[in-house]
Amino acid sequence: MDNREVILDIQDLHARFHTQEGLVHAVNGITYQVHAGETLGIVGESGCGKSVSMLSVMDLLIKPPAEVIAEAILFKGDDLRNFSVNEMRKVRGSNMTMIFQDPMTSLNPVLTIGFQIKEPLKLHLGMSDEEASKRAAELLTLVNIPEAESRLSDYPHQFSGGMRQRAMVAIALACNPSLLIADEPTTALDVTIQAQLVELVKEIQAKLGMALIWITHDLGVVAGLAERVIVMYAGYVVEDAMIDELYGNPLHPYTLALLKSLPRLDERTDRLLETIEGLPPSLLECPDCCPFEPRCEFSVDKCREINPMLEEVGPDHRIACWVDVKTGELR
Amino acid sequence: MTENNTLVRVDSLVKHFPITQGIIIQRQIGAVKAVDDISFEIKHGETLGLVGESGCGKSTTGRAILQLHSPTSGHVFYKDEDLTTVTDTRMRKLRRDMQIIFQDPYASLNPRLTIGDIISEPLDVHNIGTQAERRERVQELLNLVRLNPYFIKRYPHEFSGGQRQRIGVARALALNPEFIVCDEPISALDVSVQAQVVNLLEELQDQLNLTYLFIAHDLSMVRHISNRIAVMYLGKLVELADRDELFHNKMHPYAIALLSAVPIPDPIKERQRKRIILEGDVPSPANPPSGCRFHTRCPIAEDVCKVEDPPFEEKAPGHWVACHFVKKAQEQMI
Repeated sequence: MDNREVILDIQDLHARFHTQEGLVHAVNGITYQVHAGETLGIVGESGCGKSVSMLSVMDLLIKPPAEVIAEAILFKGDDLRNFSVNEMRKVRGSNMTMIFQDPMTSLNPVLTIGFQIKEPLKLHLGMSDEEASKRAAELLTLVNIPEAESRLSDYPHQFSGGMRQRAMVAIALACNPSLLIADEPTTALDVTIQAQLVELVKEIQAKLGMALIWITHDLGVVAGLAERVIVMYAGYVVEDAMIDELYGNPLHPYTLALLKSLPRLDERTDRLLETIEGLPPSLLECPDCCPFEPRCEFSVDKCREINPMLEEVGPDHRIACWVDVKTGELR
Repeated sequence: MTENNTLVRVDSLVKHFPITQGIIIQRQIGAVKAVDDISFEIKHGETLGLVGESGCGKSTTGRAILQLHSPTSGHVFYKDEDLTTVTDTRMRKLRRDMQIIFQDPYASLNPRLTIGDIISEPLDVHNIGTQAERRERVQELLNLVRLNPYFIKRYPHEFSGGQRQRIGVARALALNPEFIVCDEPISALDVSVQAQVVNLLEELQDQLNLTYLFIAHDLSMVRHISNRIAVMYLGKLVELADRDELFHNKMHPYAIALLSAVPIPDPIKERQRKRIILEGDVPSPANPPSGCRFHTRCPIAEDVCKVEDPPFEEKAPGHWVACHFVKKAQEQMI
């Protein structure tokens, strides 16, 4: 087990959206912990609830239509659900920060990069404009933007995509957060720029020691980055394991199928790719059975009757499945 | 250079988009050099993968081959016919043989037409068959891409991304083409659905003897589907080789760096890999660097690279590279 202090403890988190078509069950009772300094990867396809779960934790969902229910969301021991709007605002952007997928839209186009980096410094740390400018230049240098001081007065459109994402990282790091949530930060970037950003975040994490949650749909990026990985499907956590264990010994049929369906750069394949037939389920219904059952090659009667809970099946390895994928029988 | 089994031959293809200034009297003040003098061949029945980062000109190349962008200069030969000089009537006829599948399955299907209308549109345009025959053909095509023919009266919004891409494939196949440009057909799809569409494309290729130009930025998928792979950087081809040759004997510094940057879903291998991180961003194609276009980011560039554009040469059988220092690149970067 991890002996480090638990900084984020999510217990039985649900998130739903009231829409015209009905109630959308985006997150259906997820529980996990993040330790100080840990890198956690959250993997899943679009619509599996990986982003919504983080937005619920950050209290960034607009309610209504959203509705968040949880037993507890503990950040450094304090339950975020009891925080007032003002208290939450103090945590967000200083202690717990987030970078988003699209660097083109997450920066304000009419404010300079410098202004946007200085904002949290003045707001959360009470710095004067002069101090904040100095610190902002340091932060831009930290994220490898050359001639940082002169670039502070640039507007976002003068930065390239990769530089904008690095500026986002600088804003997120401004107040030395203990948790940085990265929501698909490299999806909009090219591979060589993605490699730059991943290297940068790894370096900074080693230097500053914050915990990192990296949300992605790319099992490749996570492999080179995370210590532990959570796989989500249709709003449920289906597998949670240490990185080598997850890739070397995947035990949930979805993880197994996903890994098999990926073509790999290091292997030549002449056969057809293995596919997962069918589509992810509609989130409008929340059936009692296992959500992956209709697409699962191992499914048995029990899967159609009871939805499996996340259970410990090995050291630091939890899955939500009735079947042992190695034998094809009930575990 | 021409062999009998060459289907498409691209010869010194150039496509510049003018940058103009002024409202009434427009003067050209520059050009975006999207594709700048590239030559290659696509053989009958093969899949040529075309990879590169966004803005490198790979989509423009695909469209210029099909004459959807008229090339600034250069030639495109389709079975020895020069597409850049044929008459419009002839071109219209030739279009039946060459089709395109677009990247975004949400934007490339008209939301106001039913699936049946979308797929039969090419047949209507080219006046093929009676109405009953067309309907029959549409059902046949839906079966071919494994969609239920019962969907014929439905509208695009009723389908998922993967299903829409199948509809796009069915439309491209309607006229029995020989050559299809696949312009990033899977990059808008979810991981678990990508494999379904790629398998479909491969099966159709075997079944119908199709030739693909497969444009993508996902190198793992390109390695899987292609016979040969061409790497583009800022409007130029930098390397072209058989798939395995490219992966085992890569020569161009950009190709080496690009391949090293692609993540592999295996944590143990990821920790052992040598990763080459390129500095900076891709320069603007409106104002590309002098000499070799990659010299601003190249870790092994020397003075000559700034002045002299390296020729695109065959350094090993079937393996074309544009670099002055292939040996140095292989010694220092791999």
